[in-house]
Amino acid sequence: MIFEWVVYLFLAIGVFFNVLAGVGLLRFPDVYTRLHAGTKCTTFGSIFICGSVILLGLKMWYQGNVNGSVLAIHSAVALIAILVTNPTGAHALARAAHRSGVKPAGAVIDELEPKKEQPKPSARRKPSTAKKASATKKEVKKK
Amino acid sequence: MIAMATEYLVVLFALLLCVIMAIIRVIKGPTAPDRAVGLDTINTIVIVSMVIFGAAFNEVIYIDVAIVYALLSYISTLFIAKYLEGGKF
Repeated sequence: MIFEWVVYLFLAIGVFFNVLAGVGLLRFPDVYTRLHAGTKCTTFGSIFICGSVILLGLKMWYQGNVNGSVLAIHSAVALIAILVTNPTGAHALARAAHRSGVKPAGAVIDELEPKKEQPKPSARRKPSTAKKASATKKEVKKK
Repeated sequence: MIAMATEYLVVLFALLLCVIMAIIRVIKGPTAPDRAVGLDTINTIVIVSMVIFGAAFNEVIYIDVAIVYALLSYISTLFIAKYLEGGKF
């Protein structure tokens, strides 16, 4: 009884996150946020759905059905394939989107942009230390 | 073996709804990476629904198909990304 409820709970969590991924894919304003919704939520939901199938196969195996062990092991292999390939594909898509010139919605600066007219690194320091450093340099020159 | 448990039917209809939302994004997407993201999401949901079909009909070969589909969709996503990037292969 409790076992069936655990399986149903896993199915419900997985379906909830998958539907959340679809809603996020429709509602978000940007390529990167859509990638965030469409990849992470589906990965999390597929963990729970495949986990419920694995539990079902283990229960069938425990009850003496040999087919259940094959079901559980193959679902685990499918889950591992999803877990390995999904974040890698998302990373490649995000890099491709950035390199093909798509900007995030409402972005002010782009830290990954190739550096053209950035201020010198000395100007980024705190003004007090910069003044001290310049003063010491001048003293050294005078001496 | 055609009779299917009701809970799996509900789960599959919810996944179908999700696939339809992703297809709307694929059709509407303003840029090409948007469409690629929608296709990636559709691939993952199809893999999950294949696993659910395998559990519902008690057929292990559907799950084998899901494993092969996962690896091939990963390769296709990588190639689409490489094409969008605009470099040499």
